This record gives sequence, C-alpha cells and structure tokens, in this order.
Amino acid sequence: MSRSEMVRIERHLNRRKVADFLFAMVGLLCLLFALLTLLALMYDLARTGVPRLSLDFLASFPSRFADRSGILSAWVGTLCVMAVTAVAVIPVGVAAGVYLEEYAPKNALTAIIELNIINLAAIPSITFGLMALGLFVYEFGFGQSILTAGLTLGLLVLPIVIVTTREAIRAIPNTIREAAYAVGASKWQVVQHHIVPYSAGGILTGIIISLSRAIGETAPLITIGALTFIAFLPTPPVSGDAPYVSFQWLMDPFTVMPIQMFNWVSRPQPEFHVNAAATGVILLAMTLVMNGAAIYIRYRFRKRVKW
Amino acid sequence: MVNTTQEAATAGGDEMRAEIRRLSFSYGDKTVVKSVSMPIYKDRITALIGPSGCGKTTLLRCFNRMHDLYNDTEYEGEIALLPENRNILSSDIDPIEVRMRISMVFQKPNPFPKSIFENVAYGLRVRGVKRRSFIEETVERALAQAGLWNEVKDRLGASALALSGGQQQRLCIARALATDPEIVLLDEPTSALDPISTAHIEELVVTLKQNVTIVIVTHNLHQAARISDYTGFMYLGELIEFGRTPGLFTKPKDARTESYITGRFG
Ligand SMILES: Nc1ncnc2c1ncn2[C@@H]1O[C@H](COP(=O)(O)OP(=O)(O)OP(=O)(O)O)[C@@H](O)[C@H]1O
Ligand SMILES: [Mg+2]
Repeated sequence: MSRSEMVRIERHLNRRKVADFLFAMVGLLCLLFALLTLLALMYDLARTGVPRLSLDFLASFPSRFADRSGILSAWVGTLCVMAVTAVAVIPVGVAAGVYLEEYAPKNALTAIIELNIINLAAIPSITFGLMALGLFVYEFGFGQSILTAGLTLGLLVLPIVIVTTREAIRAIPNTIREAAYAVGASKWQVVQHHIVPYSAGGILTGIIISLSRAIGETAPLITIGALTFIAFLPTPPVSGDAPYVSFQWLMDPFTVMPIQMFNWVSRPQPEFHVNAAATGVILLAMTLVMNGAAIYIRYRFRKRVKW
Repeated sequence: MVNTTQEAATAGGDEMRAEIRRLSFSYGDKTVVKSVSMPIYKDRITALIGPSGCGKTTLLRCFNRMHDLYNDTEYEGEIALLPENRNILSSDIDPIEVRMRISMVFQKPNPFPKSIFENVAYGLRVRGVKRRSFIEETVERALAQAGLWNEVKDRLGASALALSGGQQQRLCIARALATDPEIVLLDEPTSALDPISTAHIEELVVTLKQNVTIVIVTHNLHQAARISDYTGFMYLGELIEFGRTPGLFTKPKDARTESYITGRFG
C-alpha cells in the first residue's frame, strides 16, 4: 500500500469518527433535554405537593375549605375502579391473547382481527368514554357507577393486555410445544402446563402496565359522568348482617384521583392547587411503583426461563 | 424406484410393525418426501441415512403427526400400523392417540424449563397418572435406561435447563421412554454427545429393541452400520435403497448409495 493511499484511508476514517462523535453528541443532548424536562416537572410537583401530604389528607373528604380537603373518596374510588378493571381485563385479555397465538387458524380473518387490535390501542380514550356512555350507562343501565368506569377502562387497556400476552407467548420456542405434543399432550394441556406458565412473567408485566395506564385516565371517566365532588364512600363490600357480602358498591357513584386533581386545578384559589399537586405526587408514586414491579417481575422471569 | 416392499418382506422372516406406503409430504408446494414406501420391522432398528436436507427428519415427523401442528402441510399416502392395518395419517385418527403410542426424540434437545423429575414424568401426567409411587419408579427406570440416573439422582428437583447439552439430550430420551411407547423415533440422538454417552445411547437402543421398534436418523454411518438391522438411504426426498444393513453397506445396488457410503458426496 502506498503512502498516499494510507493517508487517504486515514483521512476517511477520521471523517467517519467525527460523524460518529457529532451524532453521539446530538443524541445525548436530545436525551438530556427530555430527561431534564421530565425531572423538572417532577421536582416542581414534589416541591409543591409533598409538604401537603399527611394522614389527614388521605383520610378526609374534599371540602369547600382547601386546608380541610382530602382525597379519601378519590383514592378509594381509584382502588375500586382498578379492581373492576383488573377483574374484567385479565381473563378476557389473556384468553384472547392465548386464543390468537395458539388456537386461531392463521388466515385472512385472523390477520384483520390482529390489525384491528393494534388500531384499537391507538383510539383516543375519550372515544371509549362516549361508547361506554351509550352502551354501559344507557343501554345496559349500569348508570354512572364504579362498574361502568371499571369496564370502560378495561376496554381501553384490553389491547395492551392482548398484545403483551401474545408477545410473551411468541417468545416460547416451537421446540417446547413440539416436545409437549410429542408425548401426547392435548392443546389444552400444552396451554395449561407450558404456554401460560412460561409466559406468565410477560403477561403479568403487561397487566401491570395496562393498569398503570388506566389509573391516570381522566377523559373517558368524565365522559361517562364521574362526579368531581363526592363526600361519601361506596357501600362496603362486607357487613356484619346477612348476607354479609354486598356488590352494591359496584353501582355507586365515584370519583378517582386524576378527576379530583382536575377539579382542584380548575379552582382559582392557589391552596387548591397545592392539594392537586399533592394528589399528583401520590398518583405518580403509584404508577412508579407499578412500573417498578413490572420491571422487577420481567427481570425475575427472564432469569428463571432462558431459551 | 426400488421394489422395496417385496425385497424386504422376504428379509429374514421379520414381522412388520408398520409400513410406509407411497408417502409424499409437502411444505406448501415444496414436496420434500416423494412417494416413499418402506417397511418398519417389529423389534428391529431401522436407520435412515442420507445427505443433509434429503428429508429424513420430515419423514420421521410424519410418524407422530408432528406436521399437523403447522399450516400448509400436506400428507399423501399412508403409514399403516400392522397387524391392525390402521393408517395413522388418516384424518379419522386423533394425532394425540398416535403420539401416545409413538414417541420421538428430536434433533436438538428440547427439555421443558421445569425440574428434571417433571420433565421425565410429563408423559405420565398428560395421561392422568396420579399414583406417586408409580411415577417415581417410572422416572427412575427411564432415567436409568437413558444412562442419566447416576448423574442426576441427587438433584431431581433441579431445573433441566441447568444440565449440559448431552445430559439434556439423554433427559429427552428418558422422557420419550417413560411412557412405554410401541415405536420410538430418534432424530440424530447422539449428534450432541461425547463418545462415551454416544456408546451408552447405542447400547441402550440395542437393548430397547427387545420390545420396542426403533427408527433412527443418523449422519454417522458407522453408527448405522453398528446398531441397525435395516437401513434406508434417502436422497432428495426419495428412498433410493432399503435393505438389511450389512447388505446395504457391503453390496449397495444403487450407484448413489455407493457414492454416499463411500463418502463421495453428502
Ligand atoms: N418447516 C419447513 N418449511 C419448509 N421447508 C422445510 C421445512 N422444514 C424442512 N424443510 C425443507 O425440507 C427439506 C428436508 O428437510 P429435513 O429437515 O427433513 O432434512 P434432513 O434430511 O433431516 O436434514 P438434516 O440431516 O440436515 O437434518 C429441506 O430442503 C428443508 O429445507
Ligand atoms: Mg434432520
């Protein structure tokens, strides 16, 4: 190789290194910008909200006076709605995902259904609220209740559960299915003994992520008529008198934390804004804990099942 | 085409356990097994040899209807179980029944991510066997047959994925034997094993043929010559030659068989 040639190659290499470096810098800046904005927002929320947090805040109903207000009805409402959402979405979403992966024939109809599930995930949430208002509130007569809210959010996040279930199942190699079929297992046995257990980590992660998405939803619940000011709790599910258990709470009116926040933010007095920030801190903490749990579960299962 | 059936039927007076009759198999429109006819003798070892990609695995998987799990596959012809003359490829026959009677060890070890014990016991579990003592005895017997018992008897509860590749393959053999199958299909069971485990598996296969019919795919011609009673040579999806192993290896009738076993192609 001649000297001039080597110089040329070196120059070319240097140019490429500069390009590499420039791109890395731009990428880092973009990342920092996104992260810093997020951190600044969270810091601001925490600075305003955290001093307001107290047991009293959790144990009081909202009131006309900002300093006596609390989020008791809101967090109980959130918990109840989430319970209904989970009970509705877990069996339906997991069963649909298992069906699509393991049972459905691979034909045009299945392809259309698959496409639609992905599209469903992209529909604006308020549309789900409108649909639920027509179907659950008026058609089925569930009213503006916890049941309606839970089912609405369940429908909203159903695509997430289906898609993550399918992804988790698709990660199971075919050789494992073949091994089970080869000793004489039926399809249901394969699903029960292998498919669901081996994909449980991924499925659980999907469920948690879908619930953490549902917990912050506001628009569809306002559409179906959640109250913004509520000073009582739903009927307790258990009581001292026969028949001891009651499902009346499903039909009770409710509010949830993001709606409570929305209500307080829209008031003129700054004291209420502090309440909103405090509620935001709790909501954020709940989602962070849920996402953390999802990451932890995924990590644990990855370690246990290696293909 | 060779007149396999007639020639083989006279071979040594062995009794047929199954007969492949003009079997063709296609993935989509790609025909991979082309009109193969071949007997499988009871309590004998039949070896399938041939260059890579000639359709040995595909043919073997027809026996336990593994192809049924996938779309766009097509069988033509029959595999008849004898003496009852039941065509196991017929759509009236439940593939699960076929798989309960004919078990298979795959080319690559595929243990379940469960414990060693559960892997071997799985065939019994799907049959609804509940008796603990029976399951334990069977697991021990199958592991011992596969030559794995001494290595794993102290850690039956450990994950099967923690075993070495060769141990995993022997575990899969134990899993296939635990259910007392009538026919065992082995797809290159020793390709991942060291010479000692290979010798052990070969010994096992020879012992098994006292009461089990065995079909084994192998790339190792010495292995085929050592252990099998009958050998079929496949080339590009066709069965070129079938016959008693010594005869096929010493006096092949077809030029292609001869080139293959003398190492001139494949
Ligand atoms: N799922 C599949 N879809 C389409 N073609 C396939 C499929 N599996 C195998 N084939 C093709 O069928 C032919 C036979 O494959 P097969 O696995 O039966 O060969 P083999 O004789 O077992 O080879 P080897 O000795 O390498 O294992 C090959 O040409 C292969 O490419
Ligand atoms: Mg093969």
